[in-house]
Amino acid sequence: MSLKHDIEFTLNGVRKRVTVDVAMTALDMLRDVVGLTGTKYGCGEGECGACTIRVDGETRNSCLMFAVDFDGRDIVTIEGLAADPKADALREAFVEHGAVQCGFCTPGMVMQASHILDTNPNADAETIKRGIEGNLCRCTGYKKIVDAVESACCGGR
Amino acid sequence: MTAIERYAAPQSLDEALGILQQGEVTILAGGTDLMPQTKAGRIAFKPTLMNIGRVAGLKGVSLDGAYLRIGALTTISELLRDPLVVQHAPVLAEACDQFASDQIRNAGTLGGNINNASPAGDTLVPLIVLDAEVELASKPNGSVTTRRLPLAEFFTGPGRTKRAANELLTAVRVPLPQPGHVARFYKFGTRPALDISTISIGIAGIKRDGALTDIRVAFGAVAPTPVRAPRTEAALEGRPLDAEAIAAGADTARDEVSPIDDVRATAWYRKELIHNMTKRMLDHVAQA
Repeated sequence: MSLKHDIEFTLNGVRKRVTVDVAMTALDMLRDVVGLTGTKYGCGEGECGACTIRVDGETRNSCLMFAVDFDGRDIVTIEGLAADPKADALREAFVEHGAVQCGFCTPGMVMQASHILDTNPNADAETIKRGIEGNLCRCTGYKKIVDAVESACCGGR
Repeated sequence: MTAIERYAAPQSLDEALGILQQGEVTILAGGTDLMPQTKAGRIAFKPTLMNIGRVAGLKGVSLDGAYLRIGALTTISELLRDPLVVQHAPVLAEACDQFASDQIRNAGTLGGNINNASPAGDTLVPLIVLDAEVELASKPNGSVTTRRLPLAEFFTGPGRTKRAANELLTAVRVPLPQPGHVARFYKFGTRPALDISTISIGIAGIKRDGALTDIRVAFGAVAPTPVRAPRTEAALEGRPLDAEAIAAGADTARDEVSPIDDVRATAWYRKELIHNMTKRMLDHVAQA
């Protein structure tokens, strides 16, 4: 049997207590233990960004994080962002610009975009491109994604 | 199947060193390398998994006499925007800017990048040319002792270092730059983001009257560890940086490295890159 450990953390604003296998990834815990499947499994090794979440405000690849390391932290997933009125402009910009094709990269892309805009509200296209360099879109819809994020700067220019 | 029998998340250095002293510990910091390596079966967990992320005092950058002191848990993102690093070791900030992706820079720590001991580790080459040293702490008989080691002597092979099993890398110390200090870093990969270096080059020295002295040259991804290049350094030391000296330095660099063929490049291509990019970097130093 693998070792279990009890952890307590804030998930999308709600306190959570979970018992997890100590070697489990944070991504597996979110999807299989907690049941939030908005965060996607793409590559499992930090190359694609589909599993991007926010941990104490910073974006991280949840596939590279140990679930036990959530203990005491503040976690936001795409489900939390979807319920956040502050993210309305960003979400609407993705829709308006057609920045979603197959949609698989979208949760990670939106999470990373929200981090870019929080750290740099006046981000230009170059800054946005640098910011999403850890997020792959296999439909290669990058132009529309960058346009969407840029238009959401300062709540829409 | 994991063989982990115990999970510990100590909050003090003393406690962490006590756990290490009991032996058979896998250390978790950012996890960006440990997670994929263990999942792929390339690294096996030891019976104790120790998460050092909550150990107090191992994070942040400060001035310590004539040194910049960087706590081992400082993330790559924190280094990249730290005003002290930008002021006193801009070449390190530059390397951090070319490190993986935002998500990984937010998780990965300087101590983790060093202890992974990858020949292509992005922070290693700039730190070596800055004469950085590592601080290792242990608690062999009840009290904490520390030792320091030049980073250039720390690596013994891919994934292997001189860190003893009971030691924790607590900090990196970088001497503050002398007047006239110049340092450059170059990384070659097929795309800027998330690529492991095909080669990397660091050059540092004191520039005075058109010549470089106290030269440090280091290369990444051309040997089992990041390496200093003493022959290249000797070919350049104290010589006016004219076309002849630069050509001699670049030729020596090409002859001095013995890289391997792998998926990223052939040995021949790596040697050509080392030659051409060393030359370009020296040209830039000469013109600066």
